[in-house]
Amino acid sequence: MNYNLSHLKELESESIFILREVASQFENPVILFSGGKDSILMTYLAVKAFYPAKVPFPLLHVDTGHNFPETLAFRDSLVEQYRLKLKVGYVQEAIDNGQVTEEKGVNASRNGLQIFTLLDELEKGKFDAAMGGGRRDEEKARAKERFFSHRDEFGQWDPKNQRPELWNLFNGRKSMGEHFRVFPISNWTELDVWQYLAEEKVPLPNLYFAHKRKVIERDGVLLADCDYIPKKDGEEVKIEMVRCRTIGDMTCTGVWRSEATTIEGIIEEVATTRITERGGRSDDKRSETAMEDRKKQGYF
Amino acid sequence: MKSTNHSKSINLLRFTTAGSVDDGKSTLIGRLLYDSKSIYQDQYDQIEAISTKRGEENINLALLTDGLKAEREQGITIDVAYRYFSTPKRKFIIADTPGHIQYTRNMVTGASTANVALLLIDARNGVIEQTKRHAIIASLLQIPHLVVCINKMDLVDYAEDTFNKIHDEFEAFATKLDVKDVSFIPVSALKGDNIVDRSKNTSWYEGPTLMYYLENVHISSDHNFIDCRFPVQYVIRPYSDQYHDYRGYAGRLAGGVFKKGDEVMVLPSGFTSKISKIDSFDGELQEAFPPQSVTLLLEDNIDISRGDMIVRVNNKPEVSQDLEVMICWFDHTKPLKQRGKYIIRHTTQEARCLIKEIRYKLDINTLHRKQEDFEIKSNDIARVVIRSTKPLFIDKYRENRITGSIILIDEGTNNTVGAGMII
Repeated sequence: MNYNLSHLKELESESIFILREVASQFENPVILFSGGKDSILMTYLAVKAFYPAKVPFPLLHVDTGHNFPETLAFRDSLVEQYRLKLKVGYVQEAIDNGQVTEEKGVNASRNGLQIFTLLDELEKGKFDAAMGGGRRDEEKARAKERFFSHRDEFGQWDPKNQRPELWNLFNGRKSMGEHFRVFPISNWTELDVWQYLAEEKVPLPNLYFAHKRKVIERDGVLLADCDYIPKKDGEEVKIEMVRCRTIGDMTCTGVWRSEATTIEGIIEEVATTRITERGGRSDDKRSETAMEDRKKQGYF
Repeated sequence: MKSTNHSKSINLLRFTTAGSVDDGKSTLIGRLLYDSKSIYQDQYDQIEAISTKRGEENINLALLTDGLKAEREQGITIDVAYRYFSTPKRKFIIADTPGHIQYTRNMVTGASTANVALLLIDARNGVIEQTKRHAIIASLLQIPHLVVCINKMDLVDYAEDTFNKIHDEFEAFATKLDVKDVSFIPVSALKGDNIVDRSKNTSWYEGPTLMYYLENVHISSDHNFIDCRFPVQYVIRPYSDQYHDYRGYAGRLAGGVFKKGDEVMVLPSGFTSKISKIDSFDGELQEAFPPQSVTLLLEDNIDISRGDMIVRVNNKPEVSQDLEVMICWFDHTKPLKQRGKYIIRHTTQEARCLIKEIRYKLDINTLHRKQEDFEIKSNDIARVVIRSTKPLFIDKYRENRITGSIILIDEGTNNTVGAGMII
């Protein structure tokens, strides 16, 4: 007997199981879509999970106003291709309404402000399960995350008091006002994601492939030059061959010097790199437990 | 450098690690990650900086697995942490479980999906109570393979006698357990002996290194491929012009091999039909096996919903409302109550249930059955009889870990308060 699944097919099957479990256990789930490869993968797996029916939940994109323009164009084409529903929450609105205050200074970022808009949109849409593309290999606080992660009525995460998850029995029961964060691709590593996207020939935003771009160098990280990043004295704009390893806001997503213009080139690069993908994320560098602190408050 | 030679045909092995507080578990995991080039430079720099800041002499590899603020502050592991590494042969998922706090709960959680349990023994101390406890849990959870790493061999001069003595002692104890496959490896996690490379210090040892073992242990028969079980998870109805009459039963195979044309029975209705199509986004499949997620279509239009199970006509699970279960209790606020009511979850079914009887509490240090002790607290293991409000389609846990397992949920708090294995 030779019934073997490759590791990628086993991961795919696990994620599809989780996505179908979400559709069964929750009233009103939503996919948190950032435009990055992990949320693209999650959306693609959702298309697979419910084929030939349409994906039974919408995408929610929290738009900080500081997106790479390529991200938005790609998002819209994906929505059209799979006939998905899209909702967008605007951080700018929360700023204009005085609900949040923008950070000041050269390292100002709207990353933290997303939490308000995200929780606000979840409440307005009455979403009871929000699926994220977080992976346990990404970051040490995420290594402790469950597939089904309970959030209290304030959207907060209590990492010391999580429900145990055994076998493939997932407990999505909750009280009124509480919701869940669900992480269908928890067990994928960065390399798994790239190998799978290559194998399945999933279209990706051009930002992931090496291209010439205007950049500035700050604290050892290259940032894409844009109007949202005020330049410090002495900082100069250079043109470099770069690509993104993660896609977030232009203000906090580092770009990497790279020659990888194909997905095979990216796999080669990811497999041999010595720096984690979030190594270029200034939002994680603010303190040793920056991710855990934000997650407790309700971050992605 | 991480290896670039990744072939597409590599498979996935999940293992759990257990050991007591100072037996070098973190060092061993750190060593596996480090030697398989799975630690990145920025992670390494970060833990080096923290170790130095704390005034520690060596780089504390435990910081790699202890991710929460409270864990780092207290120097303890609170919760199961998942770690990933891969070699050209396999991808590995480690469920790293803490050795002291909530050990039973965490080890049971980590063990529930593991192919291999890695048990550490300090060569200087030999088989101690904790070793036995961990082995008992591995056996209860039916982890298919157990590998005993006799660690800190460097501190006993790599003595063959010491290794043999612990080997024999453990084997004598293991005869009382239900473990199918046990291996022993003399290692030093600190020095790297027999972890990735063969040690020159243990020339008397002819077995594999730990990495060789993990890369080659035979896991493809860890699933049950005999008894066909398909718990229906979700019904796919596109309601579109193109797929007007499409009615697909989506789920993940829990056992057996289903083929197109197979005659099947649907539980609980007992109606029979034939599989007309095994569908997926990637096209039609001729057969499906665990742990694949697929969609089954049947020739006849039968009323089927989530919680139903598709099986073979001549090979059915037991259909029962009364379950004999070995339960591990998780709730630290309330004990398990005789006559207590809970929500039970089994495959894709959910029902209410009643604890009809507590038969005995298991002493997980000695395997003794305490027949007079019915105070089942957090981290205790007990044999109970459960009565469910509707029939469940069950197999013995020994035969199938998916159709043989349940969880209990508290109706008031919605917390998962117990995990059970059907006997």
